[in-house]
Amino acid sequence: MKVNPNLKYDQEHEWIRVEGKEAVIGISDYAQDQLSDIVYVELPEVGDTFEKGDVLAVVESVKAASDVYMPVDGQILEVNTRLEDSPELVNQDPYGEAWFVRISLDDPSQVDAMMDAAAYESYLEGLEE
Amino acid sequence: MDYVPHTEADREAMLAAVGVEQVADLFDPVPAAYRFPELALPDPLSEMELMGLLQAMSEENLDTNHFPSFLGAGAYHHYVPRIVDAVISRNEFYTAYTPYQPEISQGTLQATFEYQSMICALTGMEVSNASHYDGATATAEGVIMALNATRGKRRKVILSPTLHPEYRAVVRTYLQGMEIEIVGDEVTGLDVAALESTTRRLVDLVDKDTACLVVQMPSFLGQIEDLAGVADRVHAAGAMLVVVTNPVALGLLKPPGEYGADIVAGEGQALGNGLNYGGPYLGFFACLKKDVRKMAGRLVGQTVDTEGQRGFVLTLSTREQHIRRERATSNICTNQALMALAMATHMAALGPTGIRKLAELCYHKAHYAAEQIATLDGYQVVNSAPFFHEFVVRCPHPVKDVNEYLLEEWGILGGYDLGRHYPALENHMLVCVTEVVAREEIDALVTALDEAGAEVVR
Repeated sequence: MKVNPNLKYDQEHEWIRVEGKEAVIGISDYAQDQLSDIVYVELPEVGDTFEKGDVLAVVESVKAASDVYMPVDGQILEVNTRLEDSPELVNQDPYGEAWFVRISLDDPSQVDAMMDAAAYESYLEGLEE
Repeated sequence: MDYVPHTEADREAMLAAVGVEQVADLFDPVPAAYRFPELALPDPLSEMELMGLLQAMSEENLDTNHFPSFLGAGAYHHYVPRIVDAVISRNEFYTAYTPYQPEISQGTLQATFEYQSMICALTGMEVSNASHYDGATATAEGVIMALNATRGKRRKVILSPTLHPEYRAVVRTYLQGMEIEIVGDEVTGLDVAALESTTRRLVDLVDKDTACLVVQMPSFLGQIEDLAGVADRVHAAGAMLVVVTNPVALGLLKPPGEYGADIVAGEGQALGNGLNYGGPYLGFFACLKKDVRKMAGRLVGQTVDTEGQRGFVLTLSTREQHIRRERATSNICTNQALMALAMATHMAALGPTGIRKLAELCYHKAHYAAEQIATLDGYQVVNSAPFFHEFVVRCPHPVKDVNEYLLEEWGILGGYDLGRHYPALENHMLVCVTEVVAREEIDALVTALDEAGAEVVR
């Protein structure tokens, strides 16, 4: 399972990449692998505001529908509309093409508290035991 | 597929797991007196005696095969061609359910696919699901879908007062507890003229908090309203237009998809299904492709297998049960497969020109009846808007009394008492005429109404 070294992660398998006062959010390679073939992604609308832990999106695979949680507080600036027509991108390129949303960060310190790649890798190892 | 029951060992393992010795112990919480109550049942009958008893009971009914009926109001008596029974009685089809391993039943899926395709052609929509329970629940699913398609942010639903009163009640039942504001269908004081122009008034209620406007076409009062421009007004506010319609009328009327409907729902009983004492019926449901993920129910699709051969699959497969579960936008995954097959068979037997001819027959017979009734003293045909196969007649006496006279003196089943739902329409009868009613029977109704006008004493 790939873990992108340049991202931060949370225990629900979301990743976040900070770009100034903004951030991009997606789900990890582990998450897409667990879900198997993804057939639909339900995204929020631009302008929606969420608190950490709110349901941000729903990912539907051939096996299950799973919530994607907001890892930090913020407002939606942009959603990746390509996922609506090509949900398989989440399986193919979870850290790149298949980003979910771009947000404005309310509190950048919330990102600092998230796991870095090394911590996330050992978290995954713990899950597999 | 074989039925494999639990073995004795299975049962013992399960009993041990829950910590009881025998199945009867599971019923201990029910007080003993209620566990096996004495039922005051009559002595058993032989099959022959029983059939005689049931035959005698059924002959007490006044059925539409023996009494001409002018009763519609959502349930319509049409001729069901013999081929419908011949097809649906095949044992490959004769079940009410989509099989739980659907792809093994290619014929069932193909039939549903054809049903969906014909519903799309009739309504002018892009997608049809495999059906709902009835017109009322299909309408309620349309409202729920509109609420979900607008992401639950819009909390207002506008219902037309000329949407079937029972459908409005079912929508309210479905929405209870969801804190949705339902407006528009207050009927107190509304006469026929007010009801005929109701959609113009309702469009003014559409705002940024409105999820959908639901109208019925032809309306519950039978009228054909000009809905041109309505969809644009609704869409301009970001809301959806739900059109509830009658599939037979669509043989003659413009498909709702052509005037901007986002969702088309309705009762499919009129095609291929008898009156059946009010059920089983089927609700048809169609929408646009962009909203298909918000649609309840099942969707059968056509595809090709690994060898390139045509095949049918559940394209949106039992998602509520297996995949979305508590995240589903509706928990309805049952469809009325057998009733939908009956409707599809009737539609296929008629073809596009046949459905048009059927609609024309209903239209012309109803208009002949209205013209005749309008000449009677004491009666008035109140509609000013064009109507399809139902129209409103103001009677000189309460509808109940008139209907009693028609039935007792003439053996005619009269129309629907609109005063039951519209206070301003006391003494107003909704008269329905379909192709099964003969001209002589219409003439008999006219004579009978004339007599009733003179004879009925309050």
